[in-house]
Amino acid sequence: MTGPILDIRGLRKSFGHVEVLRGIDLAVKPQELVFIIGPSGSGKSTLLRCCNRLEEPNAGTILVDGVDLMDRRTNINAMRRHIGMVFQSFNLYPHLSALSNVSLALRKVVKKSRAEAEALALTALERVGLREKAKSYPSELSGGQQQRVAIARALALEPTIMLFDEPTSALDPELVGSVLGVMRELKQDGMTMLVVSHEMRFARDAADRVIFMDHGLIVEEAPPSQIFTSPREPRTRTFIAELTR
Amino acid sequence: MEALLNQFFNLDIMARALPLVLTGLKQTLLLCIVVIPLGLAGGLLVALLSLVPWRVFRWATILAIDFFRAVPPLVLLIFVYSGLPFAGIRLTPLAAVAVAFLLNNSSYYGEVYRAGIESVGRGQWDAARSTGLTLTQTLRNVVLPQAIRNVLPDLISNTVEVVKLTSLASVIALPELLYSADMARSLTFNTSPIVLAAGFYLLMLWPLVRLVSRLERRIAS
Amino acid sequence: MDTWSRFLDTFFKPELIRQYLPSIAAGTVTTIEIAFAIVVTGILLGLVLAVLRTFRILPVNMMLVACVDIMRALPPIVLVLLVYFGLPNIGINVPSFAVLWIVLSLVLAAFAEEILWAGILSVPKGQWESARSTGFGLFSTLIYIVLPQAVRLTVPPLTNRTLAITKNTALGTVIGVPEILNQATTGQSFSGNATPLMMGAIAYVILFIPVVALGRFLETRFRWSRA
Ligand SMILES: Nc1ncnc2c1ncn2[C@@H]1O[C@H](COP(=O)(O)OP(=O)(O)OP(=O)(O)O)[C@@H](O)[C@H]1O
Ligand SMILES: [Mg+2]
Repeated sequence: MTGPILDIRGLRKSFGHVEVLRGIDLAVKPQELVFIIGPSGSGKSTLLRCCNRLEEPNAGTILVDGVDLMDRRTNINAMRRHIGMVFQSFNLYPHLSALSNVSLALRKVVKKSRAEAEALALTALERVGLREKAKSYPSELSGGQQQRVAIARALALEPTIMLFDEPTSALDPELVGSVLGVMRELKQDGMTMLVVSHEMRFARDAADRVIFMDHGLIVEEAPPSQIFTSPREPRTRTFIAELTR
Repeated sequence: MEALLNQFFNLDIMARALPLVLTGLKQTLLLCIVVIPLGLAGGLLVALLSLVPWRVFRWATILAIDFFRAVPPLVLLIFVYSGLPFAGIRLTPLAAVAVAFLLNNSSYYGEVYRAGIESVGRGQWDAARSTGLTLTQTLRNVVLPQAIRNVLPDLISNTVEVVKLTSLASVIALPELLYSADMARSLTFNTSPIVLAAGFYLLMLWPLVRLVSRLERRIAS
Repeated sequence: MDTWSRFLDTFFKPELIRQYLPSIAAGTVTTIEIAFAIVVTGILLGLVLAVLRTFRILPVNMMLVACVDIMRALPPIVLVLLVYFGLPNIGINVPSFAVLWIVLSLVLAAFAEEILWAGILSVPKGQWESARSTGFGLFSTLIYIVLPQAVRLTVPPLTNRTLAITKNTALGTVIGVPEILNQATTGQSFSGNATPLMMGAIAYVILFIPVVALGRFLETRFRWSRA
């Protein structure tokens, strides 16, 4: 039996006086796809952002592949490249082409030569079906294409886990499918993923586990079939009723 | 009318003053080559200092910026050139100009850069840091290129101001464009040499002034 | 004498402070008077020019843009010397404070016109059209609809530019206007000590720091309200 890729214990995070995460325990096993749902403001984004220390946690431990992220001796930048992150608002670099968006970290963090980095970037773009858009700038791409480039940017660094923060909620409905398609393929290729999203159908098809968060705590976790049809907790029930209405 | 032409546009006198004015022009260009890069570099440093997370440090930087924006550059220049010698610090005119304008221009350029950096959203920092780029790499490769593009009109228009500022060096007898022209004026009792100098300033700066208007309009629309 | 007391003696000598306080104060009053005059005439003239430009009369606008560009491209000290030495030679005598006032007013007017015009352009076309469609004329559209919106956007840059140009009152020292810097340098050469100059610098800081702070305040305020 292999240990979890991501192991979070007793994670707490406050902004000022407001405690946004109030003791989160969560382990994600290799090749698992864990879904997080919950009302707005429940701390989902903050949880993801703590997982690569874009947000500095106040307490708790986070192990990624057995490495303690909170340890002073851990080189956080070296770790971050192994933790891919995809944002709701894409956050592509507008001044760089799709290819450069993907190859920048390969060159600067992994210290690959330009040629090598670009070859790897092209492969990553190929995986998200956008090889032919390598020369395009973000402003010339649709939202769905931009998000796929963003996925390629994370993917190119060969992450051991990928974090998705509402990757489709800024997209027009007809563009959602292409992004989910890429994520589905990643799942098939055995990528470990932690996904915040409200795409219920995708969760039902692809997720191994669904976690319901509220007020900075994990309220309930269960396989999708169970949580969507017969949630245990009243709060989960209300939330899912709202969503599926 | 004739008196006016004769007093301001006397081609004969302009032709005679030209060699002197040209040596002045050379000095002005030299000043620009010293002062502009110094200001651009100093401004970047100031901008980065005014963004560091330590509050006291940030406030101190902002206070210094505001101090140097409140003091007229001519006052600064005269202070450095003729005030500091009383404290035993004696600078050549060129060094005095470089020091005084470094302080003044760094504050102005610093504010421009700062506005630019602040115009780049937090998402860009998040994305860059999440791929493992360090703080410096994020600044160099992601934030600054966008920041500079966002404030390019302000950077150019500030550079126009810096070139104009070099004319103040004439007050401490540095023989730049205006100083030479004014010398020619006092020799010929005619204002045409200054008009000639003005012509050179226009030649250097008019295109930039137009460019700034263009760029600003494009950003507005 | 240790370094500290030598420093005080060079830049903050008490007897000299007492001796030169009146003249620096007088210089400060002169600076304030001229600065005030420049701000009023400069901004008003700039506003008039910006409004004139909205009528889009081609030859007028071409002239206007050319003059504005020249005023923006030339160093103020060049303009000051041009007027100060040029006019008497063609028989027009203008007192030196008036030279400073006229030149800097024109420079400020040029920059103000450019800033206000950019503000006017930034008001969406729909605003013009809806105003005109409800029966406003060109001029009243400008006064009641467009300018109030344009002015909001232009206040921060206008404040900063006005500050930068009023600081040029220090150029008065070159043509003998008894403003702060002039008093300070005169004091310095008479006393053979840098104290008067330091006093002058401090006077400028006291005078202009509130304006710098105001500009900073307006910048952040307007940024928030736009976001
Ligand atoms: N940088 C910050 N400073 C202060 N408060 C913050 C910050 N980031 C988040 N918060 C607060 O923390 C709480 C949790 O925010 P978070 O973004 O994690 O929620 P979320 O579950 O992702 O919500 P949503 O579904 O709307 O994205 C919110 O109340 C939010 O206002
Ligand atoms: Mg969120």
